[in-house]
Amino acid sequence: MGQQVINGLFLGSIYALFALGYTLVFGVLDILNLAHAAVFMLASFVALALVGGAHLPILAALPLAAVVAGLIGLLLDRVAFRPLRARADSNISGLISSLALATVFEAVALQVWGPNVSRFPLGTVPEGRPIPLLGAEVSRLQLVTVGVAVLLFVSLTWLVRSTRLGRELRAVAESPRAARILGVDVDRAIAAAFFISSALGGAAGVLFGLAYNAIAPDMGRSVELKGLAVIILGGMGSMPGAVLAGFALGLFEVFVVATFGASWRDAVSFAALFLVLVLRPRGLLGAAALREA
Amino acid sequence: MWERLVDLWGTYESTLGYIGINGLLALSVYATLSCGQLALGNAGFAAIGAYAATLLTVKANLPFPAVLAAAALLPAAVAVPLGLPVLRLKGVFLAIATIGFGEVVRLGIVNWEYVNGAQGIVAIPRKSGVFTIWLFVAAALFLFGRLRGSKWGFALEAIREDEPAARTMGIPSGAYKLAMLALGAALAGLAGALEAHFTFMVAPNGFAFGRVVDMLVFAVVGGAQVFWGPALGAAFLTVLPELLRELAPLVGIEPGPLRLLVNGLVLLAVILFLPNGLASLPGRLRQRRLAREAA
Repeated sequence: MGQQVINGLFLGSIYALFALGYTLVFGVLDILNLAHAAVFMLASFVALALVGGAHLPILAALPLAAVVAGLIGLLLDRVAFRPLRARADSNISGLISSLALATVFEAVALQVWGPNVSRFPLGTVPEGRPIPLLGAEVSRLQLVTVGVAVLLFVSLTWLVRSTRLGRELRAVAESPRAARILGVDVDRAIAAAFFISSALGGAAGVLFGLAYNAIAPDMGRSVELKGLAVIILGGMGSMPGAVLAGFALGLFEVFVVATFGASWRDAVSFAALFLVLVLRPRGLLGAAALREA
Repeated sequence: MWERLVDLWGTYESTLGYIGINGLLALSVYATLSCGQLALGNAGFAAIGAYAATLLTVKANLPFPAVLAAAALLPAAVAVPLGLPVLRLKGVFLAIATIGFGEVVRLGIVNWEYVNGAQGIVAIPRKSGVFTIWLFVAAALFLFGRLRGSKWGFALEAIREDEPAARTMGIPSGAYKLAMLALGAALAGLAGALEAHFTFMVAPNGFAFGRVVDMLVFAVVGGAQVFWGPALGAAFLTVLPELLRELAPLVGIEPGPLRLLVNGLVLLAVILFLPNGLASLPGRLRQRRLAREAA
């Protein structure tokens, strides 16, 4: 039981990180960035190259890969979103252009790293005796993952609440036009949101790759829909909601697997997503918004 | 000469069939797009149609026309109770809820032992061919063509452009949206059934999220402003990989990644530079020529 909770929190922290980046862009732009999962995958490969090729320790490779993911996010904004911003249907055309870039990213990964599963070299995460905690055991990887995730949540919350950039982002989320009139450089603020969002997605990708020690060009598929489920459950655009729902989904999955078997895991998550959208469209913590007619 | 034709047919029969199946699927997404709704549950509807048809053929041995009728009606019947709550959602939220529905259908099948779960059903008798498939595409195109310019068609356009305004004019937008969701579901179910009886097999993996993304891409690349755009896009993107397979060795990229790369770049180019799809290309070129002549 205790072990299940720990495993669930571990998985949940990765979902939460992934969803946090997703929901940041959604909250600011009202656009679903379908390339988020592709950035997640690319970052994982970048970390693998840094560890396997350049022999960096994982604690150095993780932030570097996140920065590279952030730079990919800037590219994404520049190519897929900025040219469409003036269009009336920008939230649907943006969804499609991000899908286009996601396909291109997957093609690049397939060509460079091949379709097979790649693994981190042995000893990437120093083996050590698991730490006993409340009658269960926590591995170092789990501890580091949850630690990194919590650190990133706290820094992001601080950034959005208390910095100039955070104020600008909130202003843009409210109304890009009003923000522009008040002297906010809207394009710069949005670019920053993409950088942060993609860096978080990238960090989640590296941690996910470490957790399962399996990296493949299609690894994003397993999280892209779950990320959607998490941001819907948490209330779209709500960052605390995304974190809470990420942990909830992780715990939920671990218990569904333990009770009904592995093949039911995803079915139950999507059924929950579907029910939430029908019964309580604003999610668990979301503010009332215009999602219904 | 005759042998060569038979040869060609053998090589391209499956491509020709898939142009039609993908065309039907693209039109099924177009049905809801035509009234401005991004509903992405069509992989689920196609799965329902495909499995219903397969079971009716394999277990009940029903005649094929009855099987196809059931494969169209059952998803449409599912679409009504699904649509009543879900169509209240707008834009991206509707898309997500319907994606959720599609995944629930797929994962339900994966866990359903009676139909072999993830392995799917094989050795389905082949009952549909290129001719049957294209006949249904033609019928669907005819239907959408007739809608345009009719009272119904104008109502759909009004809802797409501005739903509150359309409602103010007395157009029952909810009923129209529901009808189009059901129509799209019927087309998707039909496509699923035709595919199952064309390829001898069904498996839940064929109806994953990626499948409905493909349908949307067909519709967008072809152009969702006119009814024949989605079918055009499906034909273009189904033939393209065949051409790329020949081209792959020349550019030194594996065929798999090359197909993805080109698909992604085509989609990006269309959404950035040709927002109304390939179908709008002739009109655009003509306009440009007229502008040049006028200058």
